[in-house]
Amino acid sequence: MKISFPIMGNSYLAFKQLVKDIGHEPIVAPLPTARTMSLGTMYAPEFACIPFKIMLGTYLEAIEKGAEVIVASGGHGPCRAGYYGVLHQKIIQDLGYDTKIIVFDSIAKTYKEFISKLKWLLKTGQTSWWQFLKAFRPAWAKLKALDEIEILSYHVRPYEINTGETTRVYRKCLQLMDEPITPSDIKEAGEVCVQMLRNIPQDKSRKPLKIGIIGEIYVLIEPFANLDIQATLGEMGVYTERAMHLFHWIKENTKLSRHEKKVIKLAQPYLRQMIGGHGINSIGETVMFAERGFDGVIQLAPFSCIPEIVAKGILPQVSHDQEISVMTIFLDEMMGKAGMQTRLEAFVDLLLQRREHRLAEAL
Amino acid sequence: MTQLKIGFPRTLFYFLYYPFWYTFFTELGCEVVTSLPTTKYSLDLGVEETVNDACLPIKLYHGHVAELKEQVDVLFMPRMVKVRKMETEVFCPKFLGLPDMVRNSIADLPRIIDEKVDLSKGLFPKWDLCRKVAEQLEKRGFIVWQAYRQAQKCQDKFKQYLVQGIEVQEAIDAVIEGRICHESKQFTTDIDLAILGYPYLIYDSFVNVGLFEKLGHMGIKPWTVEMVPPHRLEAQAKYLPKSLFWYFSNRTIRATFYYLHEKKVDGIVHVTAFGCGPDAMVDKLMELEAKHSGPIPFLTLSLDEQTGEAGIFTRIEAFVDMLRLRRKNDENIFSHHG
Ligand code: SF4
Ligand code: SF4
Repeated sequence: MKISFPIMGNSYLAFKQLVKDIGHEPIVAPLPTARTMSLGTMYAPEFACIPFKIMLGTYLEAIEKGAEVIVASGGHGPCRAGYYGVLHQKIIQDLGYDTKIIVFDSIAKTYKEFISKLKWLLKTGQTSWWQFLKAFRPAWAKLKALDEIEILSYHVRPYEINTGETTRVYRKCLQLMDEPITPSDIKEAGEVCVQMLRNIPQDKSRKPLKIGIIGEIYVLIEPFANLDIQATLGEMGVYTERAMHLFHWIKENTKLSRHEKKVIKLAQPYLRQMIGGHGINSIGETVMFAERGFDGVIQLAPFSCIPEIVAKGILPQVSHDQEISVMTIFLDEMMGKAGMQTRLEAFVDLLLQRREHRLAEAL
Repeated sequence: MTQLKIGFPRTLFYFLYYPFWYTFFTELGCEVVTSLPTTKYSLDLGVEETVNDACLPIKLYHGHVAELKEQVDVLFMPRMVKVRKMETEVFCPKFLGLPDMVRNSIADLPRIIDEKVDLSKGLFPKWDLCRKVAEQLEKRGFIVWQAYRQAQKCQDKFKQYLVQGIEVQEAIDAVIEGRICHESKQFTTDIDLAILGYPYLIYDSFVNVGLFEKLGHMGIKPWTVEMVPPHRLEAQAKYLPKSLFWYFSNRTIRATFYYLHEKKVDGIVHVTAFGCGPDAMVDKLMELEAKHSGPIPFLTLSLDEQTGEAGIFTRIEAFVDMLRLRRKNDENIFSHHG
């Protein structure tokens, strides 16, 4: 069967492999573009969040390429993401397509359904459970390697001597990572990529500003949604770290990691309730970045994102108490790269001034 | 001894739960103070205090709190999480974080009671909640039990009135004054229109610019979520493969199914707040369902601080004209062929 899935950062490389390994034909939707966005916007409700719109656009483009089934992850609230699947399906049906969306909700809460969906996927792919388990390892390894490569690129970029080189090398890395199939080949390719990134000529004498990126997970991870904010900042000479990467997120989704527990604890003085999405993380991560001596924090939030609006209401107090500058960027279909660039430059200027001010005071 | 003054903002949960808490606190010997009905002033206050990306109802809540804060000793601002035994049904995330939002954005607040309302666990969750709230007021023992029983009685009565279609503010006033409800003004009507949405939009006459009164004059009988018999409302759950995660949203969508399939109204109006997160999904579900049931005409009215009376009424009027025209055409067809 022709199976597709949502695009989220570079993870499609791993999912593509997984689909193939369980005996189906993967349909990788085109990476999101302005066309994806306008397709999604046209058929989604006006106030649906950006991830909903981009995903809908992606699904429609996957359907154009022949996808018969789309596999997505679900959820149980309290935010909207867990309901995406139902509504996506209804909209797609209303448009006259019979493509099925199969949503995997939490295995703990819907054990029976989860297993029967999986069974169906394996049966139609003529794959045994044993083959399935075997297929899991390389996909997992790929996801992990991809995360590492991406993170390294953010570390290298602010030091690069030739502006744009990291981005070029990173693109090459993605091509390289598309090929290997076995775990050992994947590991090897991963190491080659790391080396390639390390070999980029760098000026280590720079003292880049440090900015933490927090907010809603999809716009954090998908560069199309955040207008490639981390690369943009990197090329402006800023070191960035973001609160979430897909590999870690999947791991954390299965059980609360120590990191996440700490984040929730740090958020306590400001927000005492899990509010869905990553609202509480946004508060806790800001405190954590402040404690680690970052110069500033940027909150990325889809327009109309419920938990991030709550978080935004609380962040000024956090920013005040923790003495860290926070800027919120709401992302919608109208936001352009130029607008983003201007806002980033203004924020970076502000942070540079603050830093100088602080240094002058320290003397 | 002077009575402790407890502040209860006249918005959000006020419209469905005020009779309960009013009775409870009064029986405990406190004085309950509410903010005045929403006006332009509450809105302006609220806009000043809230993140500007918040929806209208959240801004209004901030406004009501700002208005009350200097008049009371304690602010009652329950953290609404779950009101029934369903694992995945909560309130909108903005409700979940509301006490924190208020605390971090309004200065000089009095003491706050923000006990978590989670009625999904335990044998007697409501009683447990009341006990905890009373404890914060240093009240214990039998008097609390009595207050709880009394509050429950009052609330039951109130719910009955709502199902009968008594106007909400009148029902609230009647039960807390312990009098019989005045019957709502009777209009002759020829059109049944479901007006669906969250209670804090539907029943706040500033927000809805006096909608119900005007509908009456236009010869329209309005039907609301609260007028659906409770067991019929829940029975509609079967129409969706998965329940929504938000209590008020489930009520709204289920009422939609009820009015489409059982009560069969002439049209449906969805009243929603501009930028409302849950409603982005609810509205689309309603629209698709109405389209595939007939179709039944469907109108979305999205409210924000700029929506004027004029805007709302031209749209409603046009909608109603269309409904009447439709009916006439149907009748014509009927008489020609019958
Ligand atoms: S967290 Fe934000 S983006 Fe995610 S589903 Fe909720 S509202 Fe949408
Ligand atoms: S349900 Fe909608 S209107 Fe109500 S608080 Fe949430 S976002 Fe605002």
